[in-house]
Amino acid sequence: MRFPTAAAPVEIRRVHKTFRRPSGETVKALAEISFEAQRHELTALVGPDGGGKTTLLRMIAGLVAPDAGAVSVLGIDACADPQSVQERIGYMPQRFGLYEDLTVQENLDLYADLHGVGRQARTDIYPRLLRMTALGPFTRRLAGALSGGMKQKLGLACTLVRAPELLLLDEPTVGVDPLSRKELWEIVRSLVRESALTVIVSTSYLDEAEFCDHTVALHLGEVLAQGAPQEIAARASGRVFMASATDGTPARSLQARLFRHPQVVDALPEAGRVRIVTRDAAPPSDDADGFSATFESTAARFEDGFMLLFRARAGEVRSTAIRLERALAGEAGEVAVEVRELLRTFGDFVAVDRVSFEVRRGEIYGLLGPNGAGKSTTFRMLCGLIPASGGQLRVAGADLRRARAEARAKLGYVAQKFSLYGDLSVDENLDFFASAYGLRGEKKRSRIGWAKAQFDLAAMASLPSAQLPGGYKQRLAMAAALLHEPEILFLDEATSGADPLARREFWSRIGALSQQGVTVIVTTHFMEEAEYCDRILIMDAGRALAEGAPQAIRARAPRREGREPTMEDAFIAVVEASRGRAQEAVQ
Amino acid sequence: MRGSAHRVLALVRKELLAILKDTRSRITVFVTPILQCLIFGYAASYDLDRVPYVLLDLDHSGASRALVAAIDSTGTFERVATLRNASEIAAPIGEKRAALALVIERDFERELTAARTAKLQVIADGRNTNTAGTAQGYIGEIAADFVRKWRSENAHAAPPGVRVITRAWYNPNLETRWNMIPSLIGTITMMMTMLLTAMSVAREREAGTFEQLLVTPYRPYEIMVGKALPSMLVGLAQATSILLVAQLWFRIPFAGSYFMLYLGLIEFLAASVGIGLFISSISKNMQQAMIGSVIVLMPFMLMSGLTTPIMTMPEGLQHLTLLNPLRYAISMTRQIYLEGAGLGQLLPEMLGLLVIAAITLPIAAWMFRHRLV
Repeated sequence: MRFPTAAAPVEIRRVHKTFRRPSGETVKALAEISFEAQRHELTALVGPDGGGKTTLLRMIAGLVAPDAGAVSVLGIDACADPQSVQERIGYMPQRFGLYEDLTVQENLDLYADLHGVGRQARTDIYPRLLRMTALGPFTRRLAGALSGGMKQKLGLACTLVRAPELLLLDEPTVGVDPLSRKELWEIVRSLVRESALTVIVSTSYLDEAEFCDHTVALHLGEVLAQGAPQEIAARASGRVFMASATDGTPARSLQARLFRHPQVVDALPEAGRVRIVTRDAAPPSDDADGFSATFESTAARFEDGFMLLFRARAGEVRSTAIRLERALAGEAGEVAVEVRELLRTFGDFVAVDRVSFEVRRGEIYGLLGPNGAGKSTTFRMLCGLIPASGGQLRVAGADLRRARAEARAKLGYVAQKFSLYGDLSVDENLDFFASAYGLRGEKKRSRIGWAKAQFDLAAMASLPSAQLPGGYKQRLAMAAALLHEPEILFLDEATSGADPLARREFWSRIGALSQQGVTVIVTTHFMEEAEYCDRILIMDAGRALAEGAPQAIRARAPRREGREPTMEDAFIAVVEASRGRAQEAVQ
Repeated sequence: MRGSAHRVLALVRKELLAILKDTRSRITVFVTPILQCLIFGYAASYDLDRVPYVLLDLDHSGASRALVAAIDSTGTFERVATLRNASEIAAPIGEKRAALALVIERDFERELTAARTAKLQVIADGRNTNTAGTAQGYIGEIAADFVRKWRSENAHAAPPGVRVITRAWYNPNLETRWNMIPSLIGTITMMMTMLLTAMSVAREREAGTFEQLLVTPYRPYEIMVGKALPSMLVGLAQATSILLVAQLWFRIPFAGSYFMLYLGLIEFLAASVGIGLFISSISKNMQQAMIGSVIVLMPFMLMSGLTTPIMTMPEGLQHLTLLNPLRYAISMTRQIYLEGAGLGQLLPEMLGLLVIAAITLPIAAWMFRHRLV
């Protein structure tokens, strides 16, 4: 197939793609997708996981052929001649192949060799790349010893070493802290502005779409809408309000209530208030319970427009009410988790540096921080998975590292990857975890029944858990962790990879559990999710930088452009201030 | 106590489900051992069949002709040329047309008749040590047998003494296979169970489910038992299928007691599962567990007496084989299967295996919780 001299560097026409699962069923990855990426523009593929973003990028890179439709890249038919496409583009996959045992410089040299970049060209481009990524001082450091953000920057530099005409970036900011995220986006935007590069980037962070010239909103392999981010945002204009409770109801409770309101499409706690998107261009009317809140109209963002389209496709919110079968013993306000001067070293490296905090019964406590900040290590010490090098910790009155095995029955744990047995069905997984917690007979049957009903899992009971859709995996992991009615729930990055709706449902359940006296400790890298917590602890480089209620933390950031600072602003302000102090101390 | 048994059973059930639900792992676990057994049974024996040889008969007597007839009639050796003088030997052996040259020295018959030692020279191609050794030994036996017969038929010369031949089986073809197949029960089940165990913990570590296990009320030894039992059950099923192949396909008669065999196997499997668990407890991922198992399995096989007798190894190495569970298993299965040995005779092997299991299993359990991540 010959394309006429294509105007746009990337033209996708009515592309279809289906995959076959190991179980034999076919999965629709892309259906009737068409879009163009214009020269010298930044195009974003936006949407939750499983939307088809990666498949689409791989197709543009000539790594996957469509079942039907045409893919033209730089005027070349990518299906007929993928080799010529690959010679002219740069593609950075989600897990870029950095050699962790080589230094930064050796990685750059390796990729320059692989792409046949000459000696002269290298001396031109290396200084530029190192300046752009700020990796200059670290050329002799092993790639494996870099932080998540620096690794992504190095991956980007390696992709750019042969000066491609088109750059494809697959979720470059996943697992990267807000600070590095900001820097990465600045680099990408300057590439488009100054080096006149054409860039297509995929992201599941809806707020990142605002940085782009053109956005393609994807969900389950279909285009929900496309256009400039302002155009998508405009779909929600007049329907976005900031709700504040007038009777002192916490934002979290107000959010939970508004989210279930029939006239409300989306509700998110933000800066102490609740941001809502409504079906009609008017604030929601009182529901049966009645709530006292005031509504203030506000400008629509990309995310508001996206959620409006997304909810139209994704359907109704499932019930997120969750009722524990037994009332938990103990008084509200008593200390459930106590950490004092907690220290953890790996050789010379201090992963957790004398961190202290307390969590009270029924609280939702968030540990926030970039990758490598020490929050996972803290978490693993609390759960008794690794010993502390110093300090004290008590969880439900015991140090789980030394306590008898029964003490562990008081806690539930949902790991980052929703650790389930993939070959085993939903029923078999639940059965195993119930037995592991000592449930049997009638009690076991009734608890499994409860879990399946609460988490809406009955329809999937005989499906192997590896084949569950993302949101259901998370529900099953939660169900398994709640079978034994724990007093304390540990959730490690439990919302990563879940779609926006699943994330909101998840937080509604967490809120309901905490109201019934369950203590919840959660780590997350979604800064806005800190708004759901009663108190948060911000960590960086092993140290606790700030602790307190979300509004107290937010108050630390300066007001910018006349708007309330978001949690992300606050986070960046706190971390930058601390890193600045550390630098001064060194000098 | 009952709670503990319940938890362990749940783990055993989960492990077996994970092994049996997947078609590929079902085939690996149950079909491969039978295939391996058949392949080993046919390929890895030192059977001689139609070994080409050249003959140089310098005696040209009735006795020498009778000896050659005896050799040719076995079917094991095939005469490819009859030479006239010694200078012709080098060519066929060097060109690999013959593996063996048989030289019947002058006065062969006279020495026999005089009841003195008669000389027979066997020149073998030393580049193939196994064939050379076996063929030489075989010819020696045919010759000895011939001499005995020849002397009894020519009774005028009574032999200077009676040479007792202690061989139980005349046909060495059978002998290698009879020795080989029972040894495979230990060898194959060790390979499979060790890998299975090493991978099962490593897989959980990779998937993150191992940490999930560690935060439940499972005690380390419960996890150890829950991981060891399913592998041992699979090992016993594999051993049974090899036992069936040995008896139904290769028709090797079983001389011992099944109770003793399975008792020994349970001990042996506990020891090899212990080593597998130990490897998996120090491995970070499946790749490391796999490489670790292969590194350990190789010397275990070589130093087990499966292919080379332990008695011919250097003395230091002989002591080292005492750490090898496979050594005990092979000697034990051979004794039970072929000789019908009882507990008294098997005590050293049983004790050795018990000690290995009693050391490796608790170490593995301890490592589950205390390994620094």
